[in-house]
Amino acid sequence: MPIQDDHFSLFGLPARFAVDPRALEEAYKRVQARIHPDRFAAASAAERRVAMQWAARANEAFQTLRSPLRRAAYLCELSGTRIDAESNTAMPAAFLAQQMRWREDLDEARASTDKAQLQPLMEETGALRATTLKHLEATLDEARDFRTAAALVRQLMFIEKFGDELAALAETTAAGAG
Amino acid sequence: MALLQIAEPGMSAAPHEHRLVVGIDLGTTNSLVATIRHGLPEVLADEAGRPLLPSIVRYRADGKVEVGQPAQQHQASDPRNTIVSVKRFMGRGVKDVEHVENLPFDFVDAPGMLQLRTVAGIKNPIEVSAEILRVLYQRAGAALGGDLVGAVITVPAYFDEAQRQATRDAARLAGINVLRLLNEPTAAAVAYGLDTSAEGIYAVYDLGGGTFDISILKLTKGVFEVLSTGGDSALGGDDFDHRLFCWALEQADLSLLPPEDVSLLTMKARAAKELLSSKSSAILQARLAGGRWVNLTIAADAFAAMTRHLVQKTLDATRRALRDARLKPADIQGVVLVGGATRMPHVRRAVADLFGREPLTNIDPDKVVALGAAMQANLLAGNRPPGDDWLLLDVIPLSLGLETMGGLVEKLIARNSTIPIVRAQEFTTFKDGQTAMAIHVVQGERELVSDCRSLARFELRGFPPLTAGAARIRVTFQVDADGLLAVTARESTSGVEATVSVKPSYGLSDEEVARLLQESMGAADSDMRERALREQQVDGKRLLAAVRTALAADPDLLGVEERTTIEARMRALEHLIGGRDAQPLREALEALSRATDEFAARRMDRSIRVALSGKRVDELTK
Repeated sequence: MPIQDDHFSLFGLPARFAVDPRALEEAYKRVQARIHPDRFAAASAAERRVAMQWAARANEAFQTLRSPLRRAAYLCELSGTRIDAESNTAMPAAFLAQQMRWREDLDEARASTDKAQLQPLMEETGALRATTLKHLEATLDEARDFRTAAALVRQLMFIEKFGDELAALAETTAAGAG
Repeated sequence: MALLQIAEPGMSAAPHEHRLVVGIDLGTTNSLVATIRHGLPEVLADEAGRPLLPSIVRYRADGKVEVGQPAQQHQASDPRNTIVSVKRFMGRGVKDVEHVENLPFDFVDAPGMLQLRTVAGIKNPIEVSAEILRVLYQRAGAALGGDLVGAVITVPAYFDEAQRQATRDAARLAGINVLRLLNEPTAAAVAYGLDTSAEGIYAVYDLGGGTFDISILKLTKGVFEVLSTGGDSALGGDDFDHRLFCWALEQADLSLLPPEDVSLLTMKARAAKELLSSKSSAILQARLAGGRWVNLTIAADAFAAMTRHLVQKTLDATRRALRDARLKPADIQGVVLVGGATRMPHVRRAVADLFGREPLTNIDPDKVVALGAAMQANLLAGNRPPGDDWLLLDVIPLSLGLETMGGLVEKLIARNSTIPIVRAQEFTTFKDGQTAMAIHVVQGERELVSDCRSLARFELRGFPPLTAGAARIRVTFQVDADGLLAVTARESTSGVEATVSVKPSYGLSDEEVARLLQESMGAADSDMRERALREQQVDGKRLLAAVRTALAADPDLLGVEERTTIEARMRALEHLIGGRDAQPLREALEALSRATDEFAARRMDRSIRVALSGKRVDELTK
């Protein structure tokens, strides 16, 4: 019975990068409403175990699909293209140069107490993230070029990690000031 | 027990049958039991009409145990044997307890969960809590006039694995079938949400006697989705009492009081605190054991100032929970106050200031958790028709991980992940020829193992010696809907497997629970044996009928051999069911149950697939 074997069909959604977040959330809740262990609290241990496994699967599927990064990586994997984030570290030279500049700016901001320094860096990171997502959508949904998409996913991983570090620094700076 | 008898997930097996269930709020200071009667939730009072049962247990020299008000009367005169606020000790060691020097109890210095030496012997917090649960369950049984099917028991959202496990063990010891452990703020949200059919994002600020929780929830069309939770499982009204107690010691120039005076002054401090919720000043007056009088006046402003740091701690946790949910205070549509300690005006003011709105208090903050728990119990029991129900999506409060090289924590499950959740990760060996691996499960947010709480250690042994890095050890964490963890480890080249349900460090073993149960029930009780036999006969008949139905409905889900085994065990059970001997009957019942376990799982799986795809079974099998 090969149904709902991938995250998209579990929620009855097309396997595409472009996803309507509201439709995804509604589908997730509709699925949980049918399989959540609370529905089977009075059932046998075997049945409760199955419900628990299904609910855990739905949670995993939802968490994967709601994050653009994880969704893109998942689509690549579904097509048989591995991301290989650890082993494949080749990046375009321009991207690497930009990353290095960002790192330097971040170190500078970390050393100083001026929170305003972070603002342009945050905007730049946000802008690059948005373009990369657009690029991913075209590559995955139209060109269906999964090798290029996997490379973009690896770049997006860098961007998001950097963005998280920025946000954490902004928060500590804010807490220190307040 | 019975095999899947339902046509569709979400429908109870017998919709017409109303199953008696309750919700229990096992609190630090007071405990309550509530149920749904005539469609409405209500707290069940004792015969004197008192809804709150003080969470106090007194052990007497004659072996009798007093619970609630009778125990409370001896709090000052018999402090060593009168256990108060036992919830703070659940799943904790002596070194975990703050202000232990100011507690009047006789702690046993032993590894694992702390124990208390009483006149009736050594007691652990699980046994003490079980006494409270037993009284509430009996109260409910008497009020409802029937056999209860089970209970939802609430726990602070910020309770960790050891504390949850201890609560579950206490219920088992009290002979209660636990339908679910439910987080207290979530229970409160259910009571509020269903009362007002609210939609939007809500914060539940729950400051109880000994614990603080903050939960941020999103309510949409019958779904309660917890976005984040935070708190402190050792911060509550007791700490405000203790601050006032310390102030009284300073003011009266007292030190090293006998346990009786510690108890007395703590009680007086609590009374003064309660008075300050409605008055601008209060008098704290006590006659100590030596005959000396303490006579102090405390102003509300001074009390607020001396406890400001405690309120601040709750606000810090609240801000963090908001950050985890990626929200700002202004995004919150309503703030619900839960717990008796939220009656303190300076607490209310601080919460109102943080969120920029007046908090909601229309449901009694002492009762709202028990009412929500009763509503959830009613739902879990299948007493509500499909369509007239709701869904709770709750989270795990603290991250779960494993110790890796250098005493660092590798997190497998992040805090605020929606449960149930299953996560696996692969590890490898670091020495040539290694045939075993130690696995250390920890809980907490810090990066060093020594800063996290150790939950369990176990070893996966007996896999073949391989070169370093060649073994593939897959460790799986599974957190169920009660927030309880089970860990499995498996070496994939050899298939060697080890499983632990996490409880050794601070919990009771199954044998200990069985022994304590035996003790509490007393020796051979013929009535009880008769009843057990009858129950097994009923269960046996029910199981046989269910298996027959299942065999007719889904014969394709069984192999020939499986079917032969099941049919043989059915015959064995049928043969024993009319007899008088409980033991072989129970064994036959269990044997059939085991043989059909996998079949039930497959049928359940099929039924879920059918429900999700909206197709019929005959279409699927083609």
